[in-house]
Amino acid sequence: MHRVYLDNNATTPVLPEVFEAMRPWFAERFGNASSIHHHGQETRAAVEDARESVAKLLGCRPSEIVFTSGGTEADNLALSGLVKAGEHVITSSTEHHAVLHAAKHLEELGCELTVLPVDASGLVDAADVQRALRPYTKLVSIMGANNETGVLQPIGPIAKIAAEAGVYFHTDAVQAAGKVPIDVKRIGCHVLSISGHKMNAPQGVGALYVKKGTKVTPLFFGGRHERSRRPGTENVPGIVALGKAAELARQGLQRGDDRRIAAMRDRLEQGILAQVDEAGVNGAGAPRVSNTSNIHFDHIEGESLVIALDLKGLAVSTGAACSSGAIEPSHVLLAMGLKPQRARSSIRFSLGKQTTEQDIDFALALVPETVARLRALSPRYKVLAGS
Amino acid sequence: MSGGVDSSTVAAMLRAEGHNIIGLTMQLWNQRRLAGREGMPESVQGRCCSIDDVYDARRVAQQIGIPYYVVNHEDRFERDVVRPFVEEYLSGRTPIPCSLCNNHLKFDQLLIVAQQIGAERVATGHYARVAYDEVRGRWLLRRPADLSKDQTYFLFGLTQDQLSRALFPLGEMKKPQVRELAATHGLAIAEKPDSQEICFVPGGDYKRFIDAYLAEQGESLPDTSGELVTTRGDVIGEHTGIHNFTVGQRKGLGVATGSPLYVIQISGAQKQVVVGGDEHLYSRILRTKRVNLISVAELQEPMRVAVKIRHRHEPAAATIERSGVDEILATFDEPQRAITPGQAAVFYDGDIVVGGGWIV
Repeated sequence: MHRVYLDNNATTPVLPEVFEAMRPWFAERFGNASSIHHHGQETRAAVEDARESVAKLLGCRPSEIVFTSGGTEADNLALSGLVKAGEHVITSSTEHHAVLHAAKHLEELGCELTVLPVDASGLVDAADVQRALRPYTKLVSIMGANNETGVLQPIGPIAKIAAEAGVYFHTDAVQAAGKVPIDVKRIGCHVLSISGHKMNAPQGVGALYVKKGTKVTPLFFGGRHERSRRPGTENVPGIVALGKAAELARQGLQRGDDRRIAAMRDRLEQGILAQVDEAGVNGAGAPRVSNTSNIHFDHIEGESLVIALDLKGLAVSTGAACSSGAIEPSHVLLAMGLKPQRARSSIRFSLGKQTTEQDIDFALALVPETVARLRALSPRYKVLAGS
Repeated sequence: MSGGVDSSTVAAMLRAEGHNIIGLTMQLWNQRRLAGREGMPESVQGRCCSIDDVYDARRVAQQIGIPYYVVNHEDRFERDVVRPFVEEYLSGRTPIPCSLCNNHLKFDQLLIVAQQIGAERVATGHYARVAYDEVRGRWLLRRPADLSKDQTYFLFGLTQDQLSRALFPLGEMKKPQVRELAATHGLAIAEKPDSQEICFVPGGDYKRFIDAYLAEQGESLPDTSGELVTTRGDVIGEHTGIHNFTVGQRKGLGVATGSPLYVIQISGAQKQVVVGGDEHLYSRILRTKRVNLISVAELQEPMRVAVKIRHRHEPAAATIERSGVDEILATFDEPQRAITPGQAAVFYDGDIVVGGGWIV
């Protein structure tokens, strides 16, 4: 079966150059980066090269990069690492669960938590951040780009508000890294998370930018790696991959790859909306990252649409979390004010570096007819169409 | 695919026969919802829709090489199965959630999903037989080869449309054969024990479930306490709630007389539980409502059949006839013990399911 993958916000394929860069580090050139001998030195060099590359992508110093096991760990390190019991954290209702659950956990440990609402487009109001500040606020955490809708938050103004109040600012840039240019100095954040597998590196590696002078308490203990911020023998192949992926991401941004991807995303969106009634983009009123399109198709179950499309070879997602199938509708869409029924009727398309125009053609040929078929078989739609 | 031996074996069989199949598990009830409330167990292992069961189903699908999805219909299950379950008990009737699940979820919602994703039919691990009868021009439901596993009692509500799209590959097989076949296919679940209880009531304690569910809903258990009366109307004691009783029950009555007493009838309206001797449990008359007919389009005249009044019951000879719109009256040759409102009465003509209705 011909398969088209439009679920890059879930994970991305490792690019060939990235795979090539990491391949030798499994067996040909292996070592523990902390060893004194030749193997250790070679490995250490590779890790530090990767660190420099990631630092370049984010516009910071290599010493400000802490390698982690991924975006979730980076988010947890940022939150738990900076906030103590009795202190106050401000975040938003559309954050990824890695931030929301980490924040909830802090609340259970005796911190206070403010979860700011978003408007119908999914945007946080910087003025709300200002109003929520308390004398004992320690951290504000607002994501760069939303994983479900692609909405870009106004993190510049928010970072400024935090800085003026003497409060730390964290941004989860997992979905933004590699898609929009990031300059941590310009943003003004103290900590920033990225994830390897969202930018064409493998799962199992990520990084946290920690501004010089910002002290984060490690999540676990066992060594002085990463300047005592994150113990554990380095995941060398993963880190090398992340370094290479960061380099390719930078080059891609310079080349304008994100504009090409945005053009394909726009063609997909416009094409679908032109052919399907009672459908619309969630988050249309906000600035969005180049690759994401979250569309509601009223009167059908998003779950059935995802399955029907998968059986025809198109991979997309509902953007809803799932464990043992006990699906909860997207907290992001609900926070934007979508009725649960509409949230359940929403599908996320997310393009990637490897997406081609033919992939878009394939999706445009398949999606409208599949939606039509589902609607024809939907008891609710029949009732509404009849009236 | 429930993660059990029956549905897993069906999947393996159909795949081996070369059919293009998709494995689906319906997520119907979140086992963690009531965990720990009002004495409910903290964690539930291996019940329908538990993480373990979904895991088992998924692994079987992966093993036999078919696409596999979990579809969530918790809302509908709660509305069409769980709520009615609670309300029936609180009204003094003994419900059968499995029939409601078949009618509303397995052969309605699941059929809709199946059609939407491009499938023509739904195959399940039910022990039953379905086939089109040219002579009658109708889809017929029949008892399976393994009568000890006969599930046709729970399928009496299926319509012609639903039956035309159902497939029961285990209809000709006996349970030990099914397990052997599962083992032959190398399925890890070949030894998995059968689930005997109501899937959303772990441990079988439905009273505890009702307490926990109502507490979770923020509703208080309605006070249905009242009098225990004899068949002559004499008050001989009190009870703490009609949902604690079911017709034919002997234990938990709280009164003792010289001879054994049984629950004869439960009156929801008067909150009374009528108790009496064994002889009062027998009746030759049974009334049903909300009838579904399968082998015939209509019951024009009285018909001789065998009737099951509960799942574990040997079909008993009776005559059935229309007694009103959507009502059928059954008159047994021999008095039957403990005819229970809320249960189903299913009519058989040999191994053919004529139809059935809900006992009132």
